[in-house]
Amino acid sequence: MTAPEKKMLQPVFIALQANNDTMPIIEAIRQDNPNAVVHEYPAMVKIDCPGRLVIKRASVEEHLGRDFDLREIQINMISIAGNVDESEDEFTLEWRTA
Amino acid sequence: MTVEIRTKSVKPLSNSFGHLQRRFGDKPASRYQEATYDIQSSANFHYKPLWDPEREMFDVRRTAITMKDWYALKDPRQFYYGNYTTTRAKQQDALDRTLDFVEKRDLLRALPADTRALIEHAIVPLRHYEWGANTNSAHVAAYAYGTAVTSPAMMNTMDRLGMAQHISRIGLLIDGNSGESLLASKTTWTDHADWQGLRREVERMFVTRDWFEVFIAQILVADALVYPLFFQHLDSAIAAGNGSALSSLTDYLMRWYEETGKWVDAVIKTAAAENPENKALLSGWTVTWRDRLVTALAPIAQSTLGNQSEDALAAVVAAFNTRAARLGCGDALK
Amino acid sequence: MAAEGNVKPAKKLSLKENYALLTRGLGWEPSYEKHEEIFRNISFEGIKIHDWEKWEDPFRLTMDAYWKYQGEKERKLYAIVDAFQQNNGQFNVTDARYVQALKIFINGITELEYDSHRGFNMLAREFPGVGPRIAAQMQSLDELRHATTQIHTISQYAKYFTGMNEFPYQFDRAWYLSIPKSFFEDAVTSGPFEFIVAISFAFEYVLTNLAFMPWMSGAAFNGDMATVSFGFSAQSDEARHMTLGIEVIKFLLEQDPANVPLVQKWIDKWFWRGYRLLSLLATMMDYMLPKRVMAWNEAWEIYYEQNGGALFADLARYGIKPPKRAPETIAEKGHVAHQMWSVFYANRDAVGFQMWLPSNEEMDWMSEKYPDTFDKYYRPRYEYWREMEKAGTPFKNTTLPQLCQVCQWPCLFTEPDDPTTLSLRETEYKGETFHMCSDGCKDIFDDTPEKFVHAWLPVHQIYQGNCFLPDVDPTAPGFNPMYEALRYMGIKPGVDGGDFKGSADATNWEKWTSRPANIHEGAYTDAVRDTSNPSDAARKAI
Repeated sequence: MTAPEKKMLQPVFIALQANNDTMPIIEAIRQDNPNAVVHEYPAMVKIDCPGRLVIKRASVEEHLGRDFDLREIQINMISIAGNVDESEDEFTLEWRTA
Repeated sequence: MTVEIRTKSVKPLSNSFGHLQRRFGDKPASRYQEATYDIQSSANFHYKPLWDPEREMFDVRRTAITMKDWYALKDPRQFYYGNYTTTRAKQQDALDRTLDFVEKRDLLRALPADTRALIEHAIVPLRHYEWGANTNSAHVAAYAYGTAVTSPAMMNTMDRLGMAQHISRIGLLIDGNSGESLLASKTTWTDHADWQGLRREVERMFVTRDWFEVFIAQILVADALVYPLFFQHLDSAIAAGNGSALSSLTDYLMRWYEETGKWVDAVIKTAAAENPENKALLSGWTVTWRDRLVTALAPIAQSTLGNQSEDALAAVVAAFNTRAARLGCGDALK
Repeated sequence: MAAEGNVKPAKKLSLKENYALLTRGLGWEPSYEKHEEIFRNISFEGIKIHDWEKWEDPFRLTMDAYWKYQGEKERKLYAIVDAFQQNNGQFNVTDARYVQALKIFINGITELEYDSHRGFNMLAREFPGVGPRIAAQMQSLDELRHATTQIHTISQYAKYFTGMNEFPYQFDRAWYLSIPKSFFEDAVTSGPFEFIVAISFAFEYVLTNLAFMPWMSGAAFNGDMATVSFGFSAQSDEARHMTLGIEVIKFLLEQDPANVPLVQKWIDKWFWRGYRLLSLLATMMDYMLPKRVMAWNEAWEIYYEQNGGALFADLARYGIKPPKRAPETIAEKGHVAHQMWSVFYANRDAVGFQMWLPSNEEMDWMSEKYPDTFDKYYRPRYEYWREMEKAGTPFKNTTLPQLCQVCQWPCLFTEPDDPTTLSLRETEYKGETFHMCSDGCKDIFDDTPEKFVHAWLPVHQIYQGNCFLPDVDPTAPGFNPMYEALRYMGIKPGVDGGDFKGSADATNWEKWTSRPANIHEGAYTDAVRDTSNPSDAARKAI
């Protein structure tokens, strides 16, 4: 996609159940992570992203049309890879030495 | 659904799992039964535990109590994970509304300074008591035998964390979320003379190995004295001069205590009725721990309830003695 | 509201602050009893912890939030399970071969969830730090959830199909179920630090994605909405557990440099042990899903080689290297599923699930997925066995296989660099010879032989006469040791296992659904009406 500035970054990922609840989350991820690649499997969506992936509460709320607590992601999350950091506003997956 | 199936005519090969059929006959089983009976491994263990090489990984010999069938110790609430979590979620939802009500109106911070100090001294340190109960309950869940006991013990472990956090919230409602009351009450718990008797007994439970004795000490005796003493007698004394703001928050604890009591009573009653040796052991543990804990609670009762403290403790002990006698473990009590 | 006038508004707490206040201060340093008497199991492994407060909790869950989110998940899941049962959803799966995989699941995996629950419970009691203890407690409760939801979901299948009705009994006795059983018992009987490295890191973090993501997606693809629902719902807990796994590793490595070699040894051991355990999933994915999502070797590439690569690149700064035997797993990825299926097929009369030879359509899929190995080594074998079936002399193994002392698989694997030579290793210990399937398992045995000599090896036990029910007289005329050993194991000989074609499951399926029991072979019985009925057309169009 875009020309990598550093060496190849190690991929992080998040996998979500494919359902109505996760559509706004996936849209928010696409919007905030231009390098994210969305793979669709039966009943599951796996999103890979080099180095770092962020889910922003404000973006999810924008697509969802209501207040959203980032912890609600847990209800539909299937798996993740990368170090997690969670605050009120952002849920981040990252490899530190990527 | 496009699949057309003549399911009306299909009769199942069996109505429930084999181990449930052998216990209850060939009829549909409840979700509690499916999730509980005979689930723990019971044969052909592979290795000697490095942490207890004389026994198997799951072993009936981690208590002196004996049972022909450990699955006789069932939970009358019939909790399995699903109905346990949804029950707690529903209760928490109601509690959240109460907490919200109290917080929005600053009901606890509006109490007189001496009342707030009393709550900080006599209620908030119980968050550490609950954490101790969490440890003791985890011991039961880890080392007891059979899913019928270990699953509710696991749920009780988590309940105690929930109660510790609920009591911590009472502290935060007093200190305006600064956390100062939590810090102060921790020092109270570790250093203040009023609390050392109780802390001493909680720590004694930490080094008690027999899981059934820990169950008696913590979940039967200690809780049966602590809950009514603080959340009924002390709570009433506080409410008498200050209204029911605190009671609206301790009510949750008492409801939980009463619900849990159904499980505790069923376990002990069944174990005591199993054989005379069990009855003697349970009775001995009951009197030993009752006497230790009554002594341990006297100072905090005295300093918070003053001249009502003896009557309050006597009432709590009398209710406990009646309950223990009903359960078959009260033989040694006066 | 007689506030005292000078009360400032209550501070708004962030998630992190709220968690810290409600959690971290709960513990206290005991003074009436000795620390080492309270926490007895944390020193014998040699791990050094200087400051338990350095533990980082990535998911800051308080109990109220736990109950809320988990309660929500359970409500959703049981709504699906209820609908599944009311609509006889067990008949909506692709065909009755798929159900054979569920037999492996309930008999071999559900009890692992339970053992995991108990193992984490021990950590929940034994760790001195509040943070790690709460993390272990929540995971313990989650694992109980997984055992429970699997039982509740699969119980519907168990009512209509054979071989699922005795899962706790079989787990403790069936010869091939000692593979998963010994795996988890090895972990639970270890010290708490080895357990958490083994399960939270090596198993959950490095390996379970590989098993559950493609497998559960496959369950969805084959119409099993109940299994996919508990599977994905359970995986949402796994995401928390995996994060615990990586936090625990970082915590141990940061606490003391002396921990690094111990952690590395456990990573090497448990990666290999976990890989051997999951080989079962390899064969389930490649052979037991009538409609396939992904082949084992592809899953291994994505979830181990790619994601595991990223993980170990991240851990390199601590001096941690990728697992010692990772190269073997990569070398074997084109073989393992096929070798395992072959062994199960050969021993099909001694297992509790039914077996078949792959159809032409399936073999073509495998040729495409495994271009370097399938046509060269495995297609000829299956075609030969098919000829033997046609000739009425189907191939069967009549003797019990040699088991590996460590992983307890039959010694069925080939040398990683030579797929025509069986990989066999042995070690002498106290004058006795012990057999292993691989260098990975031999490493493990040689490191702690005193532990592994106690393994309850089913084949040895059968030969020693320890696997017969009390009503059996081995001196009676017509005594059949294999038949009696299967009864002891809770397997109904000739019903639960054997050939799929002609089995009760295949016959009942066609009678009950009017659809072929094996979608690749057409109808076995007259009960199947028109195989081109609209529902099949709809099914094929998916």
